[in-house]
Amino acid sequence: MSVSKTIEEVEQEIVEDFSLFDTWEEKYEYIIDMGKKLQPLDDVHKKEENIIKGCQSTVWLVADYRDGKIHFSADSDAVIVKGLISMLIRVLSGHTPAEILDAKIEFINTIGMMQHLAQTRSNGLLSMIKQMKNYALAYQAVSS
Amino acid sequence: MEAVTNTIQTFDIASLRSEFPVLNVQVNNKPLVYLDNAATAQKPKAVIESLEEYYRNYNANIHRGIHSLAEKATAAYEATRTQVQHFLNAGSREEIIFTRGTTESVNLVAAAWGKQFLNEGDEVIISTMEHHSNIVPWQIICEEKKAILKVIPISDEGELDMDAYHQLLSPKTKMVAVTHISNSLGTINPVKEITAAAHKAGAVVLIDGAQSTPHMTINVQDLDCDFFAFSAHKVYGPTGAGVLYGKKALLEAMPPYQGGGEMIGGVTFEKTTYNELPYKFEAGTPNIADVIAFGATLSFLKSVDLKLIREHEKALLQYATEQIQSVGDIRLIGTAKQKAGVVSFLIEGAHPQDVGVLLDQQGIAVRTGHHCTQPLMDRFGIPGTVRASFAMYNTFEEVDRLVAGLQKAKKMLI
Repeated sequence: MSVSKTIEEVEQEIVEDFSLFDTWEEKYEYIIDMGKKLQPLDDVHKKEENIIKGCQSTVWLVADYRDGKIHFSADSDAVIVKGLISMLIRVLSGHTPAEILDAKIEFINTIGMMQHLAQTRSNGLLSMIKQMKNYALAYQAVSS
Repeated sequence: MEAVTNTIQTFDIASLRSEFPVLNVQVNNKPLVYLDNAATAQKPKAVIESLEEYYRNYNANIHRGIHSLAEKATAAYEATRTQVQHFLNAGSREEIIFTRGTTESVNLVAAAWGKQFLNEGDEVIISTMEHHSNIVPWQIICEEKKAILKVIPISDEGELDMDAYHQLLSPKTKMVAVTHISNSLGTINPVKEITAAAHKAGAVVLIDGAQSTPHMTINVQDLDCDFFAFSAHKVYGPTGAGVLYGKKALLEAMPPYQGGGEMIGGVTFEKTTYNELPYKFEAGTPNIADVIAFGATLSFLKSVDLKLIREHEKALLQYATEQIQSVGDIRLIGTAKQKAGVVSFLIEGAHPQDVGVLLDQQGIAVRTGHHCTQPLMDRFGIPGTVRASFAMYNTFEEVDRLVAGLQKAKKMLI
C-alpha cells in the first residue's frame, strides 16, 4: 500500500493513468484488469454484515484498524465494480480516519466514471464510499 | 415463397422507424440500439403530439365540468375507453377501468376483490415466473385474510408445469393470477387453458398482460378471464396510464379501491353511495392527458399492419436467439416452445451487469438484473440475466450490432 503518498497524490496518479487512454475500450480494459487483480476477499469475510447490497451486484467491504490507520479490503461479484473498488481501496486504504473523512474522491468524476456512482441502486458503489467514511467516523470516535 | 416476398415488400421498417423520434438519438456517440422494450417501449410521434395538443388546447378536468373545454377533454378521455374496449374485445365500456399501470391494476384487484371474496384458509395461485407486481399484492392480502399463496412450478425450459397446476387447484382455490407472457423469459403461457381449469374449480382468474399486449392480439371474451391488467407504456403509449379489465358482475360486487372525487354517487357524513362502473374505481382526477394520448397510441396501432409486424417480430426473435448463441459460452434462460419478445441469457463467467455496462458503451440498451422476478432467478440459481427485448421497430441489423457488442464484451470480460 502506498502509505507514504497522500490521498490526493494517489488520486492524481490514477487520473494520469487514465489520461493515457483514448478510447472507452482502453479505460474499461484497465478497470477490468484491476478488478481481476484485486486480492479476493477471504470467504469468511463474505458474510451478511459486510455486504453492501446493490440491486444487481454485491459488494463486500471489510475494514481493519491498525496503528491509527484504516486498511480496507473488498470484493464484488461484478468485475467492473470490482475494478472501481480496487481504485477506491488504492486511494483510501492506509490512511487515518481524519484523512479519509476529508477525502473528496474527485478522481471518479475526472476519469469519466461518474455514471457508475449514479447507478447506486444497481451496484452499491456510492454506498460503499459512504460505508468507508462511516468506518472512518467510527474509528475516529474510538481513537479519540 | 410469394408470401415471404410480399412481406418484405410491404413491411417498410424505415418508414415505421421514422414514426419514433427517439430512435434517432446517439448514445455514447453511437446510434442507439434500443432493446429494452419489455421495460418500456418508445412512443410514436402521434402519441407525443397528442400529449402536447391536449395541454396546449383543451386541458380541463373531466366529467363534472359543463364548459366546452371540459366536454372536449371528457369526450377524448372516454373515447380512449371505447378504443381500449375494442383493443381487448371486452363486452362493454364499463368493464374498462383506467389505472396508473399493471401494478396498480393488480393491487386494485388484490385489495378490492380480496376484501370481498377472500377468506381464511382460501388459496390464491400464482406462478414461479411472476413479476413482483403479481406476487407482492397477493402476499399482502393473503397475510391480511390468512389465505394461502400457492405457486405453480416451472420446468428448466421456463414453461409452467401444467400438471402441477391442475394438482394445485381445489375447491379452496379462489384466485389464479398468472402472467400471459413472462417478462424475464418470454414464455407465452396457456392462459386460456389455465382460465378454463380455474373456472372449473370455482376460482376467478387475473391475467397480467403487461408483456402480451405489445405482441399479441388480445380477446378477453375468448380467454374468458375475469380480470386482465396491462400498462399503456409497454404498448407504445405514455407512462402512468394503464388498464384493468374486469367482468362487470365481479366489478359490481367489489367494494371501491380508493375513496374520493369521481367515484361517488352522493356524499353525506352519514353515508356515501358509490358511482356506477367504471367510475367507482377511478377516484380523484385521473391521468387525463396520458389516457387521451393512449387513445392516439391505439389509433396508431390500428394504422399499421399488425399482422406483418407480428411476423417481423417472430422472425426477429428467432434470428436474435440464433445469433446470440453464436457468440459462444451463452446460456439461454427461457427456452420455451412458445415465446415472444424476449431473449434472456448469460455469458458464462461474466456478470450480467458487466455485460450491460459494456453494451451501453457501444450504444446498445439492454436490461440486466433480476427483472423484478427474484423468485424466478432463484429457481434458475442465478443473480440475473442480460435481457434483450424487441419491439416492432427493431431490425435485423440491430441484432447484428448486439451480437458484435456481445462479442466485444465477452472478449473484454473473459
